[in-house]
Amino acid sequence: MAETLLEVTDMTKRFGGFVALENVNLTVAPGERLGLIGPNGSGKSTLVNCICGTLRNENGSVRFAGQPIDNLKTHERTWLGLARSFQLPRPFVSMTVKDNLRIPLMYTVDARSTSRLTKDELDGRCAELLTLVGLADKALKMPRDLTQVEMRKLELARAMAAEPKLLMADESMAGLSHSEVAEIVALLIKLNERGVTIILIEHIMSAVMSFSQRLAVLVSGRKIADGAPLEVIQDPEVVRAYLGQ
Amino acid sequence: MRSSTFVICALAVAAVVFGLSRLIESEYFFFAGYVVLQYIVLATAWNILGGYTGYVNFGSAAFFALGAYASVAIHKTFPLPIPVLIVIGGVISGLVGLGMGYLTLRLRGAFFAIATLALAVVVQTLITNWDFVGGSRGAYILRPASAPLVGSYIEYLFLIMLVLAVAAVSTARAIERSRLGYGFATIRDDELAAEASGVPTLRLKLVATTLSGAFMGMAGAPLPYYVTYLDPASGFSLAYAVNSIAMPLVGGTTTWIGPVVGAILLGTIQQVATVTISSAVNLLIVGLVLIAFVIIAPNGLVGLVQGWFAKRTT
Amino acid sequence: MDIPYELLINAIVAGLLLGGFYAAVTIGVSISFGILDIVNIAHPAFIILGSYLAYVLNSRFGIDPILVSIMMLPVFYVLGAAIYQTYYLSFERRGHEALRSLAFFFGLLFVTEVTLVLVFGVDYRYVEASYIGPTLHFGFVDLPLRMLVPFLMAVAMLLALEYFLARTFIGRAINAVAQDQVALKLMAADPIRIKRIAFGISIATTALAGALLIIIQPVEPSVGREYIGRVFAICVLGGLGSLPGTMLGAVLLGVVESLTATFYGPSWAPAVAFGFLLLTLAFRPAGILGR
Repeated sequence: MAETLLEVTDMTKRFGGFVALENVNLTVAPGERLGLIGPNGSGKSTLVNCICGTLRNENGSVRFAGQPIDNLKTHERTWLGLARSFQLPRPFVSMTVKDNLRIPLMYTVDARSTSRLTKDELDGRCAELLTLVGLADKALKMPRDLTQVEMRKLELARAMAAEPKLLMADESMAGLSHSEVAEIVALLIKLNERGVTIILIEHIMSAVMSFSQRLAVLVSGRKIADGAPLEVIQDPEVVRAYLGQ
Repeated sequence: MRSSTFVICALAVAAVVFGLSRLIESEYFFFAGYVVLQYIVLATAWNILGGYTGYVNFGSAAFFALGAYASVAIHKTFPLPIPVLIVIGGVISGLVGLGMGYLTLRLRGAFFAIATLALAVVVQTLITNWDFVGGSRGAYILRPASAPLVGSYIEYLFLIMLVLAVAAVSTARAIERSRLGYGFATIRDDELAAEASGVPTLRLKLVATTLSGAFMGMAGAPLPYYVTYLDPASGFSLAYAVNSIAMPLVGGTTTWIGPVVGAILLGTIQQVATVTISSAVNLLIVGLVLIAFVIIAPNGLVGLVQGWFAKRTT
Repeated sequence: MDIPYELLINAIVAGLLLGGFYAAVTIGVSISFGILDIVNIAHPAFIILGSYLAYVLNSRFGIDPILVSIMMLPVFYVLGAAIYQTYYLSFERRGHEALRSLAFFFGLLFVTEVTLVLVFGVDYRYVEASYIGPTLHFGFVDLPLRMLVPFLMAVAMLLALEYFLARTFIGRAINAVAQDQVALKLMAADPIRIKRIAFGISIATTALAGALLIIIQPVEPSVGREYIGRVFAICVLGGLGSLPGTMLGAVLLGVVESLTATFYGPSWAPAVAFGFLLLTLAFRPAGILGR
C-alpha cells in the first residue's frame, strides 16, 4: 500500500494573466479525511479541476496511487479511482435517479474488471447506494423533481458509484440547513469508514471541523497552512486571511 | 421488445408496405416514396449524433453526396450492384465522419457544428473540381434496363431504400436501449459530468459520428441511379442539410420514432408541395416549421404526445 | 520558380483590401460569438439582406449604397435586438439548449436565403456608384476603387466600434458582460439589456457590410453561405472578441485567398477559408471547456 494516495506537486494554473493556483503542494494519505478551506476565488475548485484533468495546469504534476496521471484524461483518472462531486450539482437530467447511478457503474466499475456486471448486480448496487444516501424512495424520480439536499446526495452517490479510492467533495453543503449539513457530514464519515479517502472542500466551518482529521487552507491560489485542524484555525495568517472575514 | 424481434417486425411492416405499394399502379408513388424513405434514413442518421449526443451536424449533404459521388466514380470505372455501392458509400462516409470527428470533437459542440459546415463546402468544392465525376457540368448515369427481383428499376430502388430504412431505424433503436445509448445521453446532458463518471466521451462521440456519417453515405449511394443526372448543385443541395435537421427536431430527438415521424410528415408534405407549389416555397415552409418547432415545441411531436399522456395520467 | 513579380504584388494588395472588407463582415460575429457566446450562423444571411436592400434603394432611387446602409443601421439594430429577445426567451433562459439554438439560427439563415430567392430570383444583382469602375494606378500596382472604398469604410467602422467598446459606458459593459454578470448587476446595469444592445450592434454591422459586399461583387442569395466559413475562420484565427485580432485574421485570410485565386483559379477560393477553419479548429488547444 502506497504511503500517499494523492500527491500534488508545485501545481500552477493561470487563466490569461490571472494566477489561480501558484505552486500548490498537497499530499493525502490513504484513508485520510482532509478538509480544504479558503475564501471565495482562492482556487479550491480550480485545484479539484486540475487534479481531475478537467483543466490543464501549466506547471506541476499529480501522482495517484504511486503513478503519474498528468497525461490521463478525466475518465481515465476516474477509472483509476479518483472521483469528484461538483459544486453545483450536475445530474444527468434526461434519466432517472437510479440510472444516474448506473452510469458510473457501467462505465467505470465495468472498465476495471474483465467481466461485466449483470443487470441484477447493477440494480443491486444502485439500490445499496441509494439506501446509503437515503434516496431509496426516489429511485425512479427525475433529477428535476428532487430538492436541493436530495440533489446534493445524488451528486455524492453518483461519485460513490464509481467505487473510488479518493473522493473530492466540492462544496456539497452550501445553502443547506444545520440538520441537512449534519446529515451529509455523517454520510461522508460513513463513506470514509468504508475505506474511501475523502477531501472535503467546504466553507461551513462546523462541518469542516467535525469532519477533518487534517486541514489545509488555500488563499489566492497558494496554500498557507496544512496541519491539525485546531492548530490551523488558530494560525494568525489563516485568521487574518480567511477566518476574520 | 428485443432488438431481434423489432427487426423482424420492422421487416414485416416493410414487406406489407412494399406489397401494398405494388397494388397502387403508380410509378410516381415509388418515386415519391423513395425520397421519403431516403429522408427516414437521413433523419435517423442525423439523430444518432445530433439527438442522442447533442452534437449538431450542418453538413449532412457532404456525407450524403460522398456516397452518391462514390457511386458515380465506381459506375464510370466498373459498374457494381447497388447493395455493394451502398456498403462502399457507407464505409467512405463513415471514415470521413471518423476523421473529421477526430479533428474537431475535442472542442465545444458549437465548433464542431461550424466545422461540419466547413466540411460541406470543402467537399463540394473538391467534387466540383473533379472532372472524372463530371465536375460542375454533372454526370449522367444510365439506369440498367431491368432490375433484380422485381422488374421495374424504380421499384427496386424503392425496395432497397426500404430495407436501408429498416436497418437504420433498427440500429438507432438498438443503440438507444443499450449501454452505448446511455453513454450518448450523458454526453448530451452534461459532458463534464459524464467524463467525471468515467464515460470515455471522445470515443463515444467518434462512434456516433462514424455511424451517422456511414448511414448518410449509404442513403446517398443509390441516388445517381434515381436521378440519372447528378451535379454538385443538386447533390449538395441545402434541402438535405435542412431536412436532416428539421425532421428529427420536428418529430422529436430523444427516440428513434421522432426522425421517422418527422421524415414521413415533412417528406410527404414536401413531395405534395413540390407538385402544387414551387420547390423554393416548399423549402421556405420547412425552414419556418423548423424555427417554430424549435421555439415552441422543443421536444418535437413525440414530446408533445408524451406530455399530453403525462398530463392525462396525473 | 519564376513567379510574375507584378502579379504577386497585385494579388497581395488585392488580398489586403479584401481582408479589410472581411474584417467588416466578421466584426459582428466577433461580438456575438466572441463576447456573447452566441453562435449566430445566420450572420451572413443578414449581410446578404443588407446587400439586397442596398440594391433595391440604389436601383430604384439611385441612392448611394453606403448611404443606404447608414440609413438602415437603426433598422438592423432593432432587428438584432428582437432576435436576441427571442433567443433569450426561448433558449438561454431554459438552459441546456445548444442544439436548439444552433437549429434556430440555421433556420433563420435558411429562411432568409430562400425568401430572397423567392423575391429576387437567383440572378446576380449589383449596384451603381461613381466609385465602381475607376482604378487608381501606382506604378504597376492597381487599386480598384470598388475595393478601396469598402476597405476604407471597413477600417472606419472598426475604429468606431473599437472606440465605442473601449471608451463608452455601454461599450465597457458589453465587454464586462462576457466575464462577470454579477459585477454588472452591482453596477446597476441589466445584463440582459446589455446583451441585447450588443447583439443589436452585431446585426447592425451587417447592414454596412452588406452594402460593402455588393460594391465589391455582384450578389445572389446563396453567396452568404460562402461567408459562414470565412467569418468563423477569421474569428477563430484572430482570437474571439478581439478587434485587432479580427483585422489580422481577416487580412491573412484575404491575402491567402487572393493568392490562391490568382495562381490556382477562383473556383478554389471558397475552400481556402473552410480549409483554414478546419485546420485551425483541429489544432486549437484541446479541452471540453473550449476557450
